[in-house]
Formats: sequence, C-alpha cells, structure tokens
Amino acid sequence: MEPVTQKTNESRPLPTVSPKQKKRKNLFASYGFVSPAMILLFVFLILPAILALYYSFTNYYLLTPEKMKFVGVENYKRLAEDDIFLKSLGNTALFVIIVVPVQTLVALALALLVNQKVRGIKFFRMAFFAPVVTSMVIVSILWTFIYNPDNGLANSILNIVGLGPFQFLTDKDQAMYSIIFMSIWQGAGYQMMIFLAGLQEIPDHLYEAASIDGASAWQKLIHITIPGIRNILVFIAIVTMIAATKLFIQPFVMTQGGPLDSTKTLVYMVYETGFKFRDVGYSSAIAILFFVIVLVISILQRKFIKESTE
Amino acid sequence: MKKNRLLKLIGLYTALTLLALLFLFPLVWMIVSSFKTEPQIFADLKSFKAFVPYTFSLDNYTGVFERIPFIRYLLTSTLYVSVIVILGLFVNSLAAYAFARMQFKGRDFLFAAVVALIIIPFESILLPLYLIIDEFDWLNTYQALIVPFIANAFNIFMFRQFFLNLPKELEESARMDGASTLRIFFQIVIPLSKPVFITVALLTFITHWGDFMWPLIATTDESVRPLQVGMQFFFHQPPVKYGHVMAALTMATVPLLIIFVFFQKYYVQGIASAGMKN
Repeated sequence: MEPVTQKTNESRPLPTVSPKQKKRKNLFASYGFVSPAMILLFVFLILPAILALYYSFTNYYLLTPEKMKFVGVENYKRLAEDDIFLKSLGNTALFVIIVVPVQTLVALALALLVNQKVRGIKFFRMAFFAPVVTSMVIVSILWTFIYNPDNGLANSILNIVGLGPFQFLTDKDQAMYSIIFMSIWQGAGYQMMIFLAGLQEIPDHLYEAASIDGASAWQKLIHITIPGIRNILVFIAIVTMIAATKLFIQPFVMTQGGPLDSTKTLVYMVYETGFKFRDVGYSSAIAILFFVIVLVISILQRKFIKESTE
Repeated sequence: MKKNRLLKLIGLYTALTLLALLFLFPLVWMIVSSFKTEPQIFADLKSFKAFVPYTFSLDNYTGVFERIPFIRYLLTSTLYVSVIVILGLFVNSLAAYAFARMQFKGRDFLFAAVVALIIIPFESILLPLYLIIDEFDWLNTYQALIVPFIANAFNIFMFRQFFLNLPKELEESARMDGASTLRIFFQIVIPLSKPVFITVALLTFITHWGDFMWPLIATTDESVRPLQVGMQFFFHQPPVKYGHVMAALTMATVPLLIIFVFFQKYYVQGIASAGMKN
C-alpha cells in the first residue's frame, strides 16, 4: 500500500469563513462518524492483539486462570525445543515455498491464455474461476473424496496415464503435496482475474510496435508484458504468500494435521494448543510468531514495490 | 500465414479445453454424483460415466434433509453474513467519509492507525478474541458471529480512496444550502458511490460466507451453526455417504454461484481493483 496519509492535507482547505459554533458542530459530527468503527476496532482487534502479546509471556492455562503468572520468554524458548512446532513451521514453509511461485505462474499462464480475443473465451474464464466461487471447506471435503486411495477419482484418472496408485492424504510423504495441488487448483483463478485486469491495461500499440520490429511472442512477453504487470506480479506473490502462511482449513478438514503431523501448520498449532490443549500462553506465543512472519512479509512487499516503481 | 494462425488457434483451444477439464472435473463429479445412488457412484469411478448424469434421483437430497438441518445452516449463514455486510457498510463508510472529507484533531493519526491494522492477521488474535467474547457471554450467539467483523480496516481504506476521488462541488453546494453532514452523506455521497458500496458488500459477503475457523470456535450449538461448519460436521458424521455429502456440497455451492452469476462484473472489478490499488 502507498503511504496514503501524506496526500490528505492538500485535498481540502480549511473552511475559513465558518463560525466557531458551526465548527464545533462539525467536530462533533466527525467524531460521531468515526467512533463506531474505532470503538469496534479497538475492542475486537487492538485489544485482542495486545492480549495475545501479553498472554504469550504468561503461563495462562484456560482451566486454571487464577494461577496465571508472568513467565518471561519461557513460551518462546519452549517453541525452539518443540519438535511438533518445528515440524509445523517446516510444513508451513514447504507449502509457502511451493504454492507461491507455482500458483503465481499458473495464474499468469491462465491469464495470458484467457486474454486472447477469441470466441468463447468468457466460458474458459468462468471455468478457471469456478473453484474460487466454491468455498474452501466444500472444496476440501470434495477433494478428500477425490484423493481416497481406494475409491477416489484421482487414482482412476492417473491410472489412465499409467501412474499410481497413490495413497495421497493417508501417506505422510504425499499428504502435504496433495493439499498443495488442491490449493493451487482452488486459488489460481483468483490471481488469474487480477493478472487479467493488469494485462488489459497494457496498451495495444506497444505490442503492435514490437510486431513491426519483428519481435517474437517470447520477446514480447519478456519485454512488454512482464514489465507492464510487474507491480501486480509482486503484489500477487505477496498476497499469495500471506494467504499461504495461514493454511488451516485444508489440513483441518482433510487430514487433522496428520498423518504423523505431516500436514500440521502454524495456524493449526495455534488452534490445537489453544482450543484443544487450552494452553493459552503457549498458543499465544505461536500466534505472535505467526504475526511477526506475516509482518515481515508485508514489509518486504512495501520495499519491493517501492523499488520496482523507482 | 493464415495456416499458421489456424494452427495457433487450434493449439489455444486445445490447451484451454484441457485446462477447463482439469478445473471443472471435481465440480462436475460433485453435481453429477449427487443425483446417483451410492453403488452407482462407486461403480462409475473407474469410467467416464462418473461425469455422465444418466440418472436423476433426488434421494440424496431428501437424505440430507433427514440427517441435518441444512436449511437452518443456510439461513444462519445468510442471516449473519448479511448483517455483517449491512452494518459494515454503514460503519465503515461513515468512518471513511470523516477521514476523507472532515477536519478533526487526530484524524491523520487515527487513519494511519487504521491502515496499520490491516496487517494484523485474524488468526493471531483468535484466542484472545474468544476469551473476550466469552467475557461478554456471547458464545453461541449471533452477536459472536457478527459484531467483531462489522468494523473492517481494509474496507474503511477502500471507501476513503473512493470518496477522495469524488468531485467536491455537489457536497459544497449542498452545504451552502444548509444541509447537515449526515444528510449530505446519505443523499449525495452514497448515491454517487454505488460501485464501491457494491464491491465492498460483495467482497465482505464472500469473505464471511467462507468463514470457518471463527464460527467453529464460537459456536458449538447447532442453532447458530453456519453452513461451512455444518458441512464439516456432516462430512465427519457417520455413516459417511458419498451421495449425501455430494448433495449437501452441491446445495452449499449454489448460493455463491448465484451471487457470482448476478454480480460477476462487480466481483471481478472488486478483485481487480483490490489488486491494482495496492
């Protein structure tokens, strides 16, 4: 996001002729306008954020709140030695590292395909976008059936091309990759739409000029298309990255984090330690760490976009 | 040259068709299977018939209604999401209008704070939010599903961007005529801002329609259980019948599909503008 606050001053000059009474009335109105949103944001966003940070330094256990005390960085130290946590961190990283580049490239490829002015292209746009319209829970349930090793479509289809059979979600080495494939299938259409909007902003005459100069399709892609959508590319990569670090619904619905913790993720751990084990302090420490990761990604985004616009 | 173009066109359509098959086969299988009997679904798995709707039995649908209060889930979701959307439009647009057009002390600081809040991922405040809601005695109520999500930092940001780009002349002349700010907002600004209202409403609706984690935690009672959580429970509720689940999933997909078909233009614009602005 741009630093929008700087621009605001010039946009409206102070009403110099307004009498004092009217000014007070306006002040009253403006606080009236902002306060509902500000109060709600405070109670349901800022306050819980502060509490999360505070709890992360305590041993707050949900069933014995009276014994809560300050334990310093104890929870964070515990994280460093918790194998399941480290595994979850690794799983989340694996998901992010594969999904971000692959989904972004798939989406870009789809956008380039559906940016052609040919008959019936609207149908294909809708087709690629259809999984986005279906919610993640529903898609996860559906794919659990598809991935069923004995009675699933995936093995039947792969069998036609001579592959498989695979165990998919029931194998610790395949489960995460199965979730990755499904997630890309579900989400690529969304990024495709953003890319498409970006591609349509690139003026036609650039391509025409390049054609006259005898540029190949590949050269046009590298020298016109990619630079034209560079900011969108960075934006999509970052948004996908943040969304990917939040992975929860798919493992929750499809594998419950298994087999052998192979699909447990950061957010899954926040949920499990908090709501199943009721270990508020520890859960909060994971939540804060998760927040820091998201924050770092966002700061990188800002830097990246600034650099590429300079 | 002409032959070359034809070849290219054939290549393009082949690629598009194969990809469309990849993107659509699960959904087609879901819908087609929902009208088949359990043995038919399993028998067809090994052949192309999995995608052919050769029977049209509604047994799975009646089965769903016998086993779960599907309509109740659907109404719960529709109700709570709609209330978030409507209240959210008011609260966020009002705040955004003040940030865009009014002078008051601390405005720029407050707005910078709102923008900073966009970054906080909901997942990181889940547990304290749960404790706060519990403190209010709101667990298993509609309030728990609605109130925390009315104010939305990103939506305030979107509204403000739009309001800043509106021409000020109309508002100024109305002020000359003695109209109050609230009246100006409702009678002049809102009608001019229809596109942003529709976009924000749609994006909010779709986001919260897909809500899962929070309703899962905040509601344990079936009377306030939304559709997504209901689907997850049904999926794990024995006996697991493919046909029943497929029928339930198909019905759960339809509302969003309808919204998408009707508001496609705004939806796509919303996605695109959210992307472009950032």
